[in-house]
Amino acid sequence: MSVIVTAILALLGLATIFGALLGFAAIRFRVEGNPIVDEIDSLLPQTQCGQCGHPGCRPYAESIAAGGDINKCPPGGEATIQALAELLDVEATPLDSEHGEEIPTQVAVIREDECIGCTKCIQACPIDAILGSAKHMHTVIASECTGCDLCVEPCPVDCIDMVPVDQGLSGWHWHAPKDQNIIATDKLGLVAGMVVEEGNLS
Amino acid sequence: MSEYLLILVSTILVNNFVLVQFLGLCPFMGVSNKLETAMGMSLATTFVLTLSSVCSYLAFEYLLQPLGLEYLQTITFILVIAVVVQFTEMVVRKTSPMLYRVLGIFLPLITTNCAVLGVALLNIKKQNGFVESILYGFGAAIGFSLVLVLFSAMRERIAFSDVPKAFQGSAIGMITAGLMSLAFMGFTGLVNI
Repeated sequence: MSVIVTAILALLGLATIFGALLGFAAIRFRVEGNPIVDEIDSLLPQTQCGQCGHPGCRPYAESIAAGGDINKCPPGGEATIQALAELLDVEATPLDSEHGEEIPTQVAVIREDECIGCTKCIQACPIDAILGSAKHMHTVIASECTGCDLCVEPCPVDCIDMVPVDQGLSGWHWHAPKDQNIIATDKLGLVAGMVVEEGNLS
Repeated sequence: MSEYLLILVSTILVNNFVLVQFLGLCPFMGVSNKLETAMGMSLATTFVLTLSSVCSYLAFEYLLQPLGLEYLQTITFILVIAVVVQFTEMVVRKTSPMLYRVLGIFLPLITTNCAVLGVALLNIKKQNGFVESILYGFGAAIGFSLVLVLFSAMRERIAFSDVPKAFQGSAIGMITAGLMSLAFMGFTGLVNI
């Protein structure tokens, strides 16, 4: 009986010591990234467009964490500045126009029949969202494109358009009704003929 | 001094853990597709094998033997090896991110490498002392690294050669391993230990 107890106690003791050692190591040797940089980076739009003067969103996040300005990101616009100001508890400042104007989210679209397959836009794309090879038609993977418009400039035949996209649930809104359909119901009879007529026209 | 040298020659060539004793075959077949990963695996295994053979020797000598619990050696060694590997991974990750990038993904894999447990058990069976245990573990690791790197270099060349369809992939790998094992049999009798 005592042999079994000794065995169990020995293993238990060994396991406890090792567990304590690992627990200590987990605290003592914890790898600390800079959590604030991660948080700032998650607020940025990840276009990697470089309009802020930094080579991507993460370097910009690092510069903000080091105390830099928060108003250098045109793709993020006012919403990003507000979020950053809230996170860092600083004053929200208007977008610095030196770095560009705020525009709605866009994606690049290649007019494919005009593309000559020069691969210049592929080299310009910071996130590899353009597909194609030399002397073959290129196309943009719309779900990957961040709308940084870095590919527009290098295109020798100007066949890349920037097209605004829907914003998803948060930016979605009802389509504005056409003017002629806004009619007070009590006047419906009076203008019914006109509505039908204009309806036909449109 | 010469007996230490004999231990090394014995474990590296004569009683090679992979090709003669057939231990640690899973990483031998698994990570030998590329020379680069094979080298990473070799480094990590060398590190872990040497360290774990020392630790398991200490655990046996100072815990199991005084208490008369020799029959618990397998489970104790598994515990010791797992903890040593985990602890090493944490320390390396903190102190040397570059080394962690090379060894990182291999370290946890080695926990279940049967060569590691095999070395620990054989150390006890052969009644090796402290220094002998270190050398035995180190030699086993060098032997493992040697054949792993040789084998992956061969597989890289085989990948570009015209292998008959029935032998493509793992099949030709197995045959190559068998031939290597035959070749290592040539070392038998070189050292008797």
